[in-house]
Amino acid sequence: MKFALMINQGPYTHQASDTAYHFTCAVLKAGHEVFRIFFYHDGVNNATRMATPPQDDRHVIDRWSELASQHKLDLVVCVAAAQRRGILDEDEARRHGKDGDNLAPGFRISGLGQLIEAGIEADRFLVFGN
Amino acid sequence: MYVNRSAPHGTIYAHEGLEVVLVGAAFDQEVSMAFVGDGVFQLKQAQDTSGIGTKNFAGAYRALADYDVTRLYVETESLEERGLTVDDLMPLTYDDEGDDDQEKSLITLIDRASLGQLFEAQDVILNF
Repeated sequence: MKFALMINQGPYTHQASDTAYHFTCAVLKAGHEVFRIFFYHDGVNNATRMATPPQDDRHVIDRWSELASQHKLDLVVCVAAAQRRGILDEDEARRHGKDGDNLAPGFRISGLGQLIEAGIEADRFLVFGN
Repeated sequence: MYVNRSAPHGTIYAHEGLEVVLVGAAFDQEVSMAFVGDGVFQLKQAQDTSGIGTKNFAGAYRALADYDVTRLYVETESLEERGLTVDDLMPLTYDDEGDDDQEKSLITLIDRASLGQLFEAQDVILNF
């Protein structure tokens, strides 16, 4: 089956990203496909390269980047939500005249159309949030 | 179906949730919205955010008909629990081209049990 996920909460503050991560691992282990993972609302904060959580705890952001790399996952961050919250890739930073970018590896910034497409294409669509 | 459970202000879910609906409307899908819990406040008329300095996006609900989003299901129990009636909500209407351009309400009242059945009939449910 094809799964798509939507993650609407940021890392650490809320368990949504953790639960979604463990769910994704289980889905992949069971041999299913993860079509896309779309980050919206504060979920875009899962995509900052700048996070430096304490070393004795899980690194929520890096864990996503690693999983994406291992399984060629499509991690998409909503451009509008990202702009609001200061998550930028190089293009966005340049376009808006910001002095830095912070998008973590494995993530890409795109539009809400990617979310709708995921809902259409996937057999199962899950929302992780509040 | 987009399920709206949040009040219009205090959190961003209502505002950003509506943005998804408006963008998603371009994809030629069958779209409806459900308003439950504090979500019913999103449709309350005479909203004025000048006191809190946030964007008043209530006007955007009027644009939904232009995007062919004509089914806004409002849960009756949620209204009652909050001391509201349909008369407290914005009078959102559209002209139904498929029915002689008759003016109809965008808002459909629905009870909790029926709404549950409606959820079962959906292919995709987004939750805000």
